[in-house]
Amino acid sequence: MDLILVNLIDGLVTGLLLFMLSAGLTLIFSMMGVLNFAHASFYMLGAYFAFQISLYMGFWMGLLIAPLVVGVLGAGVERYGLRRVHQYGHVPELIFTFGLALLIEEVVQFIWGKNQMPYATPEVLQFTAFSIAGNSIPAYKIFMIFISVAIFVGLLYILTRTRVGMIIQAALTYPKTVEALGHNVPLIFMGVFGVGTALAGVAGVIAGPVLGTFPGMAFVLGSIVFVTIVIGGLGSLWGALVASLLIGWITTFSKAYNLRMEDLLTWLGFTKPEPIWDSAWRDMWSITSPQIADILPYILMVLILIFRPYGLFGKRDA
Amino acid sequence: MRTTTMLGLTTALTLAASAFAAGADTIKIAFIDPLSGPFAGTGTNGLHQYEFAAEELVNKKGGVLDGDMFEIVGFDNKISPKESLIQLQVAIDQGIRYIAQGNSSGVANALTEAINKHNRRNPDDRVLFLNYSAVDPALTNDKCNFWHFRFDANADIKMDALTDSIVSNDAIEKVYIIGQDYSFGKAVAAAAVKYLGEKAPEIEVVGNELHPIGKVKDFTPYSRKIVASEADAVITGNWGADMVGLGKSVLENGFTGPIYTYYAAADGITAAFGDAGVGSLRLVAEGQLNPPPNDRASEYIQAFKAKYPDGNLSQARITNVIEMLAKAINEAGTAEDVVPVAYALAGMEHESLWGGNLMMRESDHQLIQNVHIMEHTDDVVHDHDNSGFGVKVVKTVEMAAADSPTTCKMRRP
Repeated sequence: MDLILVNLIDGLVTGLLLFMLSAGLTLIFSMMGVLNFAHASFYMLGAYFAFQISLYMGFWMGLLIAPLVVGVLGAGVERYGLRRVHQYGHVPELIFTFGLALLIEEVVQFIWGKNQMPYATPEVLQFTAFSIAGNSIPAYKIFMIFISVAIFVGLLYILTRTRVGMIIQAALTYPKTVEALGHNVPLIFMGVFGVGTALAGVAGVIAGPVLGTFPGMAFVLGSIVFVTIVIGGLGSLWGALVASLLIGWITTFSKAYNLRMEDLLTWLGFTKPEPIWDSAWRDMWSITSPQIADILPYILMVLILIFRPYGLFGKRDA
Repeated sequence: MRTTTMLGLTTALTLAASAFAAGADTIKIAFIDPLSGPFAGTGTNGLHQYEFAAEELVNKKGGVLDGDMFEIVGFDNKISPKESLIQLQVAIDQGIRYIAQGNSSGVANALTEAINKHNRRNPDDRVLFLNYSAVDPALTNDKCNFWHFRFDANADIKMDALTDSIVSNDAIEKVYIIGQDYSFGKAVAAAAVKYLGEKAPEIEVVGNELHPIGKVKDFTPYSRKIVASEADAVITGNWGADMVGLGKSVLENGFTGPIYTYYAAADGITAAFGDAGVGSLRLVAEGQLNPPPNDRASEYIQAFKAKYPDGNLSQARITNVIEMLAKAINEAGTAEDVVPVAYALAGMEHESLWGGNLMMRESDHQLIQNVHIMEHTDDVVHDHDNSGFGVKVVKTVEMAAADSPTTCKMRRP
């Protein structure tokens, strides 16, 4: 029972981290209709920049400055890269972001090398916040939860309650009309792209010390972010949140408990073929939930695409 | 005018060509390991150690035979067995006779099979497989062949030493085994269960599981299970980013006992653990860096650090590979035909740069050497990752498992 609570917290942390990445990606998608393959690379840049800054000015300045730098970089990529490629259609845009992802990984390896960086959590947060039945919850995790929730609330407020948010939302659906009303739509696009990548940067800054800061970090997280926004519904902030939490909890729980396929199949009324090592179904019977935990989100995505192609909260027909 | 130019050019070319032929040859060694992707750090550092060892231990001493130089050629296999076979073919097509590989036994299994097949079908351009790190016991047992030589102690030998250390610690009653889901991870788990069962049946294995290799983002759920199982010690064969991820997560989430590992040092791992790993991380490995075994080793380490300030001498055995290969080529009198070289290597005895003797066992081509239990500490002369932390030998098993049985039935040409 205690372990369930602990896993709920762990899953929440994983989910919220995923949310920070997917929030930016889904915003960018709903605006430009283009999937930004380089999104996870901005997450990696956030971690590396923050690590570098933390060497001179400490963790907190890193948390403050690194996302800004990443956001400015992102805005620059939109202004001088994507906007030029945009006129040639979606495929060149996709290829552009894909190439950018490869480029960023190479540049990171070139500057920082291929080893993992000793990027650590700040000392003020290196204590156990509380423990549940011997399982300690590090204070840093609580800090991660607060940051992500604050960002979600802030984003939601800006998008739904402020004038800027209203213009952004209008520009998403009727860019021509908004432009005719005298708003600078390309500037809005650039801003949203910058904010989206800055969010990925924040995720990188706070995930770097726990999940490791190494050149493969974008690759490890890259595909799951896409899965998240497809499940949540492309372009939906709430969808991104729900899908992120869902994925966080599904993977955490299936890793934390050794559910065996054998038990499930027996419960369903199948009999175990004997001898098992000689059976064609051997692999099927010996699967345990931790083994398939990481592909469960993908299975979920396939199911969503079959039964609800526009995602959990998506509005447009895919 | 034109004819003169042509003539001049031709003469120059001929001269250049003959000068090249008269001079010393290079003996190329293909280094097939991950140079990109999540494990690129480990691979690149290995490549540097090979290049340095070839330069320092062979080329600077006048090379082998009559002045032939060693040259290391890197091939990126992206840690994929399929990609490795392609790279192997590329290497063979370039006329390379010596293949060095180490990261991942999955890759080594594919390579040893392919090399065995290649050598059977192409007796004129056979190649040797110098396995410096893949420790799946099968490679020198059921899957052994004449062309494969292993320079690291295999997973069984290491586990033998490691379980000795666990058994001698009375505080350990429950053990949790966790590893990467592939042949090596499984071999570690099987060996741990086997040796613990034989040596101390009263020690309970409270967990034994595998996780996907190189794909786990967050190890927290695994750490929770380990803490919840009330294990006193953890055994893992994890390496690279998987080692840091697991180790840090386990320690952060409240585990306080020792973590017995195979590869928890260097390549950023030592720095990533830093103070947190002190008192917890134990390592079973060959090649003693601390306390320094002799002056020659210390000088070698310093020279390496001078050339690669960000590098690590993480795989001491690489110097053994280079030294023993050079010795074998000299003994055989040829580098072109690998059969006499292989015969010279088999049964060879050699004094390691890192102290202690080495013996390449003839029956299965497994190098028998001293195996150490080391500790992650800041009490070191030669640190890793320039972090001030490093590994120090706390216990040594001399010529570990020299008389261990093998199921290898080798067919010799």
